[in-house]
Amino acid sequence: MPEPEWLDGEAAGRHVRPYAITGGRTRHSQHHFTLITLVVALEPDEVEHYSLQPESTHILRLCRDRAVAVAEIAGRLDLPVSVVKILCGDLLNASLILVQAPPGKDEQPSVELIERVMDGIRQL
Amino acid sequence: MPTALKILIAGGFGVGKTTMVGSVSEVPPLETEERMTRASLGIDDLSGVEGKISTTVAMDFGRITIAPELVLYLFGTPGQDRFWFMWDDLALGALGAVVLADTRRLDASFASVDFFESRGIPFAVGVNCFDGQRDCTAHQVRAALDLDLSTPVVLCDVRQRGSAKQVLLAVLETARARAEARLTATGP
Repeated sequence: MPEPEWLDGEAAGRHVRPYAITGGRTRHSQHHFTLITLVVALEPDEVEHYSLQPESTHILRLCRDRAVAVAEIAGRLDLPVSVVKILCGDLLNASLILVQAPPGKDEQPSVELIERVMDGIRQL
Repeated sequence: MPTALKILIAGGFGVGKTTMVGSVSEVPPLETEERMTRASLGIDDLSGVEGKISTTVAMDFGRITIAPELVLYLFGTPGQDRFWFMWDDLALGALGAVVLADTRRLDASFASVDFFESRGIPFAVGVNCFDGQRDCTAHQVRAALDLDLSTPVVLCDVRQRGSAKQVLLAVLETARARAEARLTATGP
């Protein structure tokens, strides 16, 4: 039986490092986030959170001035979406962020909402 | 606190999904990825131990702020990976979807069309005409993809913001018709 391939350097970092940030977790046990769940930092001031991972501090900084979707946080921090979801779950537990889930799958969009989006698109 | 909505842009590899995101997004397209685990398919796995395959699926997306309290995200589905459907979170709760089609490779659109039809997600087909090349009519594309009459087919050039907007509006028009039908069905 061949030895499992051992990833080194860059290749390993790409896979291992993100989940090292989350302490090996691949999902959050309490909170569910979607790709477009919006996140906003609760504390407007620059507060040092010594217990936080640098990535979590980065999330707070990114979401200080406006609500940012989970996918956008992941894109800007160059982290997998699932890692960002876990970090946001921890930040939510620590009451450092507010989140807004998108309308649920059973909550069909209204005619008014769709028309507002259409108006917005027309004005682009 | 604002609310976010999303529209998906699906279609085969190289059909112009990222271009379309870029032409309407207020920020340059962003990229993010997710690691997906799926059951391995086929019989090439002789070990019998590993029944799962882990892949990294990447997608591009952009943002349009409709109003201070309403943000629309556009997600280009990972075109190089026909298993993007595994990424449930991507399609869940989408306002609608665009299936971008290239008339030279219409078969690359079948999977997306099937997917949105089966999930009941309102969609429109955008036929991306590169370099103004219109070798197919909307009618031919509709017939080839066996589309429902309620699904719009829009000939477009997604490099142009105005054209990309028309495709998005066609999707939203379909979504609105569905919402109106729901209203009538439930009635006062």
